[in-house]
Amino acid sequence: MQYTEIMVRYGELSTKGKNRRNFIDRLGFNVRSAMHDFPKLVVKAHRDRMHIYLNGEDSDKVIERLKQVFGIQNFSPSVRVERDVEAVKEKAVEMINEKFFDGMTFKVNTRRSDHHFVYDTNELNEMIGGYVLQNVPGLKVKMKNPDITLRVEVRCDGIYLSHEKIQGAGGLPVGTAGRAMLMLSGGIDSPVAGYLAMKRGVDIEMVHFFSPPYTSEQALNKAKELTAKLTPYVGRIQFIEVPFTEIQETVKHDVPSGYLMTIQRRFMLRLTEALAKKRGGLAIFNGEALGQVASQTLESMAAINDVTTMPVLRPVVSMDKNEIIKIAQKIDTFDLSIMPFEDCCTVFAPPAPKTKPKIDRARYYESRLDVDGLIQRALDGVKVTNIQIGDSFLNDSEQAFSELL
Amino acid sequence: MYFDNSATTKIDPQVLQTYQTVCEKVWGNPSSLHNLGEHAFNLLEQARKQVADLIGRKQDEIFFTSGGTESDNWAIKGTAIEKHIYGKHLITSSVEHPAVINTMRQLEKLGFEVTYLPVDKEGRVSCEDLRKSIRKDTILVSIMAVNNEVGSIQPIDEIAEVLKDYPKIHFHVDAVQAVGKGLGKMLKNERIDLMSFSGHKFHAPRGIGFMYKKEGRMIAPLLTGGGQEKNLRSGTENLPAIAAMAKALRLVVENEDEYSKRQQKIKEKIYDHVEKFDKAVIFSGRDKNFAPHVLCFAIKGVRGETIVHAFEDNDIYISTTSACSSKKHTVSSTLRSIGIDDGIATSAVRVSLDENNTLEEAEEFNNVFDELYEKFRMINS
Repeated sequence: MQYTEIMVRYGELSTKGKNRRNFIDRLGFNVRSAMHDFPKLVVKAHRDRMHIYLNGEDSDKVIERLKQVFGIQNFSPSVRVERDVEAVKEKAVEMINEKFFDGMTFKVNTRRSDHHFVYDTNELNEMIGGYVLQNVPGLKVKMKNPDITLRVEVRCDGIYLSHEKIQGAGGLPVGTAGRAMLMLSGGIDSPVAGYLAMKRGVDIEMVHFFSPPYTSEQALNKAKELTAKLTPYVGRIQFIEVPFTEIQETVKHDVPSGYLMTIQRRFMLRLTEALAKKRGGLAIFNGEALGQVASQTLESMAAINDVTTMPVLRPVVSMDKNEIIKIAQKIDTFDLSIMPFEDCCTVFAPPAPKTKPKIDRARYYESRLDVDGLIQRALDGVKVTNIQIGDSFLNDSEQAFSELL
Repeated sequence: MYFDNSATTKIDPQVLQTYQTVCEKVWGNPSSLHNLGEHAFNLLEQARKQVADLIGRKQDEIFFTSGGTESDNWAIKGTAIEKHIYGKHLITSSVEHPAVINTMRQLEKLGFEVTYLPVDKEGRVSCEDLRKSIRKDTILVSIMAVNNEVGSIQPIDEIAEVLKDYPKIHFHVDAVQAVGKGLGKMLKNERIDLMSFSGHKFHAPRGIGFMYKKEGRMIAPLLTGGGQEKNLRSGTENLPAIAAMAKALRLVVENEDEYSKRQQKIKEKIYDHVEKFDKAVIFSGRDKNFAPHVLCFAIKGVRGETIVHAFEDNDIYISTTSACSSKKHTVSSTLRSIGIDDGIATSAVRVSLDENNTLEEAEEFNNVFDELYEKFRMINS
C-alpha cells in the first residue's frame, strides 16, 4: 500500500528534560539527511511526535530507511483520505485485506482532533468496524489485544488511517552525544563498535590507516564500503584515511619484533587523538574485545592506552565473537568484513607478538624513533571523504559498467 | 524472414557493442591482482549479479560455462561423479535434447542406470511415472523446461512437488529453450537444484552460457585447472561474452511479458491457418501447455527437407525438427516418443519465433504456405 504520511514516536528523548528540543531538532535533521534523495518528502518535528509527509515518494523505501534512524521508538505509516465516511470505509477494507489472514481479530480505534466532524468516535467505530466486518469474510472483532488495530484519526485536513506500529531502531539521535573518532580497520569488530556508538547518539568519524603498497587499494575501498554500510543510521559519515606506510616501515626496522604490534598501535592511537582534537572529537572508539588477539589483553590495552588521556571506549569489549558476529550480520557488514584483503594490522604482524607488553619497554623502544616527525608527516597526508547513503566503492560503482550491461 | 530461433538467434547490435567494448577496454584477466584485473573482476561479478537478479537467484549460484551443452554435461556428469557412491541411477525423459540424452548414454557405458520416462501425446512426462521410477539409489532427475522440437512445457512445478519427498535427489532442468518465454515463475521453483542456459538462444554470442547451481548442492567440476568459478569450472573467464550475455538477458527478460505474448499471437495466427488444411498435422498445441515460440507441423507426403527448402526459396527460414538432427536425416526423437508414425515424422518442420518477428511476417508465411500446399497437392495427387 502506498502511504501518504508517517507518524513517528520518539524513544528515550521523552525523558530528556530541558534538552528535549535539541534532541528533537537533531532527530529531524538526521531524518532529513537520511532521506536526502527523496526531494518531495517533508519532515515536521513537533514536540511530541514527528510527521513525515511523503508527497508521493515511495513509502516502502522510506519505511526501510526510517527503520534505521536512531532515536525513533516506533512509527505508523498512514493514509490520508477525504473527510468522507464512504471513502474511509473503502480504504479501511483495502488496508485490512492487505494484512489479513483467516482467523485474525481486529478493532477500530477512532480519535477526533476535529470535534466538529459530523460523527463522534463511537459512531465512527461502529460504522467503519461494521463495514469492514461485512466485507472481509472470516474477520472477527476483539476488543482486548486484537491482531489488527485500525486507527482512524479525524483531523481538519482529512481522515488518517493506519494499522501498524513499526519498531524503530531505538537509541538516541546520532549527534546528541557529541562527536568521536572510530578506529576502523576493516575487520568484523570495528563496524559493530561504530554502530553501537551511533546507537547511543555519538556522531562518529572513521579513522582508517592504510599502508600502500603493503595494503591494496581494495582494502581501502573495503573500509569505505563498510562506512557506507553505516551511513543509513546518520545520512553521512566522514571517512579519514591516514597514510601509515612510513610509520610501519620505520617501526619494523627499528623495534624488536615482540613490540612491533604494541608500538604500531600506540602510533595509531596518537594519530587518532590528534585528529579528534583537531576535529572536535571528545573520545575514541575502537572494536577491541578483551582476549581476542595479542593486542587485546589488558596488559596490551594498558601499554597502548598509555599515549593518550582521551577516553578510549570499547563498546564490544566484553562480547563474545559470536555476539559480535550476530550484530555484524544484522547491520550487514559481516560479509564485507570477511573479504580477504590485507589490512595494515595484518601486514606487519610479528610471528610472536608479546601478549604482556610492558609500558616502560614500549616507551623505551619508542625513544629511539622520531615520533613527532612521523606523526606530523602522517597527519599532513590525511585525506577526508564525505560518504553518503548509497555510495559504493568496492565494485567500480555500478554506473561504471551500466552501459556495458 | 527468420523463423528458426530455436536453432540460434541473431546477435543483438547492443549486445555486440558490449562484446566489442569489453574486448577493447576491459581485457585484463579477472584473476590478476593489479588494476586491470580488478576492473575485469568487478565487471565479471556485476555481470554475474545481473544474471542472478534477472532469474531471481543469488549471485553465488551462477556459474558461467561455454553454453547449453556444457551446462547439461556438467549437471549430469558432475552429479554422477560427485554422488556415485550414494547411487548410480538417473532419471530423465525420452524427449530431452541430445546434450542430455547422449550424456546419459555415455554414463550407461560407465555402469550407471538410466530411466527414460515416456511422454504423452503432447510430449509431457507424467509425475506418476516419475514417482514410480524413483529408487533408493536415484541421484538425479533431469527434465527439460521446454522441448526444443514441439515446444511442450514440462510440468516442472509438479515434478518439484514430487521431488520434495526426495530431498537428496538432484533436480536438473535444461532451461535452454525457456528464456524470455513467459516462464520466469516456473524457473524460480525452489526445488530446482541445477539449471542450464545458453546465451545464443537469446541474442548473445555463441560459446557462452551459464548454469544455476543452488547454494549447498555439490557437483564435481568437469574442467579442472586454475580454479576459476569457485574452483568448479576452470578456464580464464570469457568476459566479453559474459558481459554481452548479461546484457542480452536483461534486454529479453525486462520485456518478457510483452515479447512472449507477441510471439504467442504470431504462433496462433500460423496455427489457425495451417490447421485448416486436411493434409497438415500440427504437433504443437496453441494453449498454455506449450511455449509461445515453437510450432511444429507436417504436410503429409512431403519430406521435411523439401518443405524447408521450398520455404527457403521464398526467403523464409524454418527447419526440420531440430537443428542438431536436421543434417543427419534421422527422425525426430521427440516425435517418435510421442507416438508419431515415422512416415509423418519425416515430414515434420519447425517454426520458431523470437521477439523480432511480426504478425505481418506470419501473414506472409501463411500466403507462402498456401502456395506451397497447393503445389505439393498437385504433385502428389
